[in-house]
Amino acid sequence: MFHTEHERIHAVDGVSFGIWRGETVGLVGESGSGKSVTARSILGLVESPGEIDPRSSIRFGGEDITEYSESEYESIRGDGIAMIFQDPLSTLNPVYTVGNQIKEALSLHQGLRGAAATERAIELLEEVGIPDAARRVTEYPHQFSGGMRQRAVIAMALACAPEVLICDEPTTALDVTIQAQIIDLLLDLQAERDLSILFITHDMGVIAEVADRVNVMYAGEIVESAPVEPLFADPKHPYTRGLLRSIPGTQTSGDRLETIEGEVPTPNEPASSCRFAPRCPKAFEECSQIAPVPTAVGDDPDHDAACLLYPGDASTDEAVARHEADGDGGEQ
Amino acid sequence: MSDGRRPSTGTASDSAGGPGTDGGDGDDVLLSVRGLKTHYEERSLFGGDPVRAVDGVSFDVREGETLGLVGESGCGKTTLGRTLVRLEEATDGDVVVDDTDVTSLAGDDLKRWRRDAQIVFQDPESSLNDRLTVGEIVREPLDVHDWKTPEARRQRVRDLLERVGLREEHYYRYPHQFSGGQRQRVGIARALAVEPDFVVLDEPVSALDVSVQAQILNLLMDLQEDLGLTYLFIAHDLSVVRHICDRVAVMYLGKIMEFGPTERLFTEPQNPYTRSLLSAVPTPDPTVERDRTVLRGTPPSPRDPPDGCVFSTRCPAKIRPDGFEELSEGDWEAIEVFREVLRERSRTDPSLSERARELLGFETRLPDIDEAADELFADRSFSSDVRQPIRRSIEAANDGDEDRASEIVAVTLGSVCDRERPSLLATDQADGARSSRCHRHREEHADPDAVDRRGPRP
Repeated sequence: MFHTEHERIHAVDGVSFGIWRGETVGLVGESGSGKSVTARSILGLVESPGEIDPRSSIRFGGEDITEYSESEYESIRGDGIAMIFQDPLSTLNPVYTVGNQIKEALSLHQGLRGAAATERAIELLEEVGIPDAARRVTEYPHQFSGGMRQRAVIAMALACAPEVLICDEPTTALDVTIQAQIIDLLLDLQAERDLSILFITHDMGVIAEVADRVNVMYAGEIVESAPVEPLFADPKHPYTRGLLRSIPGTQTSGDRLETIEGEVPTPNEPASSCRFAPRCPKAFEECSQIAPVPTAVGDDPDHDAACLLYPGDASTDEAVARHEADGDGGEQ
Repeated sequence: MSDGRRPSTGTASDSAGGPGTDGGDGDDVLLSVRGLKTHYEERSLFGGDPVRAVDGVSFDVREGETLGLVGESGCGKTTLGRTLVRLEEATDGDVVVDDTDVTSLAGDDLKRWRRDAQIVFQDPESSLNDRLTVGEIVREPLDVHDWKTPEARRQRVRDLLERVGLREEHYYRYPHQFSGGQRQRVGIARALAVEPDFVVLDEPVSALDVSVQAQILNLLMDLQEDLGLTYLFIAHDLSVVRHICDRVAVMYLGKIMEFGPTERLFTEPQNPYTRSLLSAVPTPDPTVERDRTVLRGTPPSPRDPPDGCVFSTRCPAKIRPDGFEELSEGDWEAIEVFREVLRERSRTDPSLSERARELLGFETRLPDIDEAADELFADRSFSSDVRQPIRRSIEAANDGDEDRASEIVAVTLGSVCDRERPSLLATDQADGARSSRCHRHREEHADPDAVDRRGPRP
């Protein structure tokens, strides 16, 4: 669970999930839902005035890394957990060649220098599907196309041989044909290296394609969590349903699209009610009084929703009572 | 724009009466584009080739329709939209409205066209002036065109704000006080202020979250119905285009590759590029078995388009030369990637320091291509009619002559796709004329399953 505060804005509020080795976990939501802050928190990249609530923990390899000092964090950044950002141009330094930047990572994390580092950099570029790597390694980022840049960034991340790869909207800035290439590449690399991937995106299509499990975020909270197939086949939380229905192409063309009225709120106080209630078509009185907690929606223990409508087999009163009791004893 | 609707059918270059030219089924044509070209840096200081952003495009826009313009970044779709509303100057060709070519308008005539044709921009963050109130922003076009009295203008702005789903009290607020979706509503109100007939929507929802996007798309469809607007809808998001457009033009490297009614184009795409583009779109359904064609590489530079078909460097259905039909997919792929490497090498601009070294007589050769060639061909066993030209090509490249190296492979292993520009062929006369630009549509090369069969790499 993370709990970041930025001028008392609970950008990420009581979020819990795990990632298994070789698994891809999706984190999906609209802008401002807290996806990227979650990712930055994992890598210890939340800067003042933001901070991680001391009651939170992030466990990696059996240790709580929120308690790490900066130098201890250095030892897992890259080597343990690496991250790929949305915009490859802002990740790459424009005044150094692509080869130099990969070599820098190699020298910091693997102790390789000189010709050995150059050779390894070329291998890495080949591994991420860049042809003529021996020449490319001497070029600058501006000489690469958008897709090639993202490949180079992936090569840099792989230079440290990480176990977990956090991909923050890695294909959002790319065209669809290039996006398809990058997704293929990431899935290939995952299979080869048994990587665990945390894949962050706003695109439900991309998430359906890459993820094994999906967490849907809204206003800093995970509102629904399930393996990918039940999530898309039978979404339970009213927000997930609305989100999926507002995607064009899922309904007859020319018709009006279903919308979620209103705007995403800023979570500037601890949750004392359901944050989606003001926009929810199914909201009832208790929704504005009780903060729902993640609850198994039915028989599948892996399918949770934070909504007072669940568990589905309980009456509304029973369900509300359960959320109220769990909420008191639990996170907040 | 109420009389003299049918424009003279111009006989401009490249497929006069090409895609979407009115097949005579009675729909009124609002705007007729013929052989339109927009090039940048035509006469630049250092010479060199111009950027052929839009390179010979012809189509009609029918009154009241939504015509979609899709393609990847750099394909020229935005430049085309901007050229139609005269934000860019056309290099060649006509845009005919009411028997008048708007590309050559000036003075009062141009001002009138700029009232009749409006544009909504992609990024609501940068397309609104942050120092003006929302009311002033929406009122600006009314002031520019000297619309009625100041009092009438204010009332019009209030009506417009309400029409696009904002409130009257928003008049005195500034853009930064609004969310992305609301700002885009302001952009739409501004475009509609002077009662245009034709609106270019340049990626109007691509900067917005999906739930907000749906609100804006609904608004655009309502406005079109109520005000009888004609839209040119530019987008890279194919599902949005499928939802909102009546007909679609697919662009690649400055040219229209396929044109047709939306539903048919999406369900039975005819051009290999359209097929590949559609197959790359992720569907929000994890159970769908993906049999996708992943295109290799990136689109070539519009400064230096391929000699033959513009899509030939990436096409999964490229026609093979006679005698090479039996080569495996992997072998062809390796040859195509090798050609891409050569093209990339010949395109590399020498940096200033490299130029200086050259002037001083230092050697500035690229690293030998052997390593790249090894990587590609190491575990392939080619027959001698493939091996020979590749070896000669590698030698030429190592001598520093990439152009000759490319030439050798093109002559021996290239096909009609590398040599001839395909023209847009009418592929279906019924139901509003479909057309597609591909050599595969010629009888001698017809192999409709080529793309499906080849599909993903082995």
